[in-house]
Amino acid sequence: MAELARNQVPLSTVQKQEEPVSLWQEGWRSFKKNKMALVGTGIVSFFILLAVLAPLIAPYGINEQNLSLRLQPPSSEHLFGTDDFGRDILSRVIYGARISLWVGFFSVLGSVVAGSLLGIIAGYYGRWIDGVISRIFDIMLAFPSILLAIGIVAVLGPSLQNALIAIAVINIPNFGRLIRSRVLSIKQEEYIMAAKAIGMSDMRILFHHILPNSMTPIIVQGTLAIATAIIEAAALGFLGLGAQPPNPEWGKMLADSKDFLTQAPWTMFFPGLAIMLTVLGFNLMGDGLRDALDPRMKS
Amino acid sequence: MFSYTLRRVFMVIPVLLGMSLVVFFMIRAIPGNPAQVILGQKATKEAVEALTHKLGLDQPWYIQYIKYLGGLLKGDLGESIRTGTAVSQEIWPYLAATLELSLAAMVIAVVIGVNAGIISAWFQNSWFDYIAMILALIGVSMPIFWLGLMEQWAFAIQLDWLPTSGREDVRNPIEPITHLYLVDTLLQGNTEQFMQVLQHLILPSVALATIPMAIIARITRSSMLEVMKSDYIRTARAKGLSMFWVVYKHSLKNAIIPVLTVIGLQTGLLLGGAILTETIFSWPGIGRYIYEAIGYRDYPVIQSGILIVATIFIFINLIVDLLYAAIDPRIKYNS
Repeated sequence: MAELARNQVPLSTVQKQEEPVSLWQEGWRSFKKNKMALVGTGIVSFFILLAVLAPLIAPYGINEQNLSLRLQPPSSEHLFGTDDFGRDILSRVIYGARISLWVGFFSVLGSVVAGSLLGIIAGYYGRWIDGVISRIFDIMLAFPSILLAIGIVAVLGPSLQNALIAIAVINIPNFGRLIRSRVLSIKQEEYIMAAKAIGMSDMRILFHHILPNSMTPIIVQGTLAIATAIIEAAALGFLGLGAQPPNPEWGKMLADSKDFLTQAPWTMFFPGLAIMLTVLGFNLMGDGLRDALDPRMKS
Repeated sequence: MFSYTLRRVFMVIPVLLGMSLVVFFMIRAIPGNPAQVILGQKATKEAVEALTHKLGLDQPWYIQYIKYLGGLLKGDLGESIRTGTAVSQEIWPYLAATLELSLAAMVIAVVIGVNAGIISAWFQNSWFDYIAMILALIGVSMPIFWLGLMEQWAFAIQLDWLPTSGREDVRNPIEPITHLYLVDTLLQGNTEQFMQVLQHLILPSVALATIPMAIIARITRSSMLEVMKSDYIRTARAKGLSMFWVVYKHSLKNAIIPVLTVIGLQTGLLLGGAILTETIFSWPGIGRYIYEAIGYRDYPVIQSGILIVATIFIFINLIVDLLYAAIDPRIKYNS
């Protein structure tokens, strides 16, 4: 009788059970609902497109000079006006996206790789290794970050590449600490103990189990860190310690505009706006990712 | 509280030592011979050797470090290569200028940021809340050097309301006492000069305050919203206490702890940001001192400048730590 009753359960109710949803799918659903995050993603995508398609979109060459058209205000010929060498500011802002995104992305990648390695080692092995690495992080974090970056560039010499290295170095402790704390909690999990019990090597546990389970905060923190890295690169460029002329780096363009504030404020307006929008885009996207992927990190 | 304070103070010592080590190796990390780099490629061999000896680079590194540390403990910060003067002698006016600017910026950031955050939380989802939070979001993303330039263009060049740059009116120089000009002019009872100093201070301090202000406003709002949902606030409101009293007396005290942490962290941003602000507004502070030293490859000044700013940062964070242990008893017991 009971068997009959069980067989009479309509098949549709069994089939209606929801498919298991992965963390990423759930995160994507929640991300799609967040309007601000979508605006941020739109802004970031726009600047990535500008950077990729720069040679096709830019109306003029990157260093195409026309001294007879120095410091011209915005017009139909030059939508953002021209600078003191008669170069088209719009074209330079478009090409500048390449530099800023490149520095932002690769400096953060460097910080993530180095920070994750150090954080994993500190968190997993503990004891004196943790002590040494954590103290190094403490010391690095004791310096105001831009000051440390200035110090590093002052030693290595001013260039875009050295600015990238400096920005990567100053952000290492942020990722290192983040990963260390993740490792400390993950290594207590039963599946890690089980992996140890069956004799799995440390390397395999670290890179096959612990690192993939720490990816969420890395992605969230990484997106927000790109925003900071772009501002830091622009700041170094502004101080003459980053990209060197004639590179159209946004910070350097702003520094050059200082002398023409009275005559040609547009030389200052557009590069600054580009920095602000890009940073805003990454901040919105990062906030959205954090809310979607890691609700515990919500502020 | 005493043992917590003592423990926290002792924890600063290894960090300070580590910082001195980083700064010490900074000059030694210069590729090639640092003395040659400082003097340039055209320098004679004798000059390079003399500077190598003067900087102590011809000795083993641990001897150099011990001597450097000994010097630091005696207040010897090295000698500027450009001016030939001891850094400890010439640094105070620059440091005072930065302190005045940073304090003014922090006051603006805290007063406006905390209150904007409170009002946003109080009137959650109102137009004020939306506008304040959008402005805060833009503020967080704003490059300080761009904001500074725009302020100069709008308020100094276009409207001619405030001076473009500098710290004082060069036609009416201030007789320094403490080198904190607001204090000096007050001590001298010179209101005209006081107003001039204040006018010079407005644009750079507002530029410097923007990012911390935006962050403080966002944290205050979220922290207040959390506290305002708690039972004791509901009880206070049910008892018929006025909203103003509930917000400023009951909620703020408990919401202020994360805000204090952020204020401490923002000080670093502020000190770093001071370098950029000082460059834009020709403010003769420590940031500008370091920035100019980079141009002259004056490494002793770069080293000492960075060390001093970082030390101030550490002590401000220490004070903030102690302050919130005093406000929140859970902190000292848990640690």
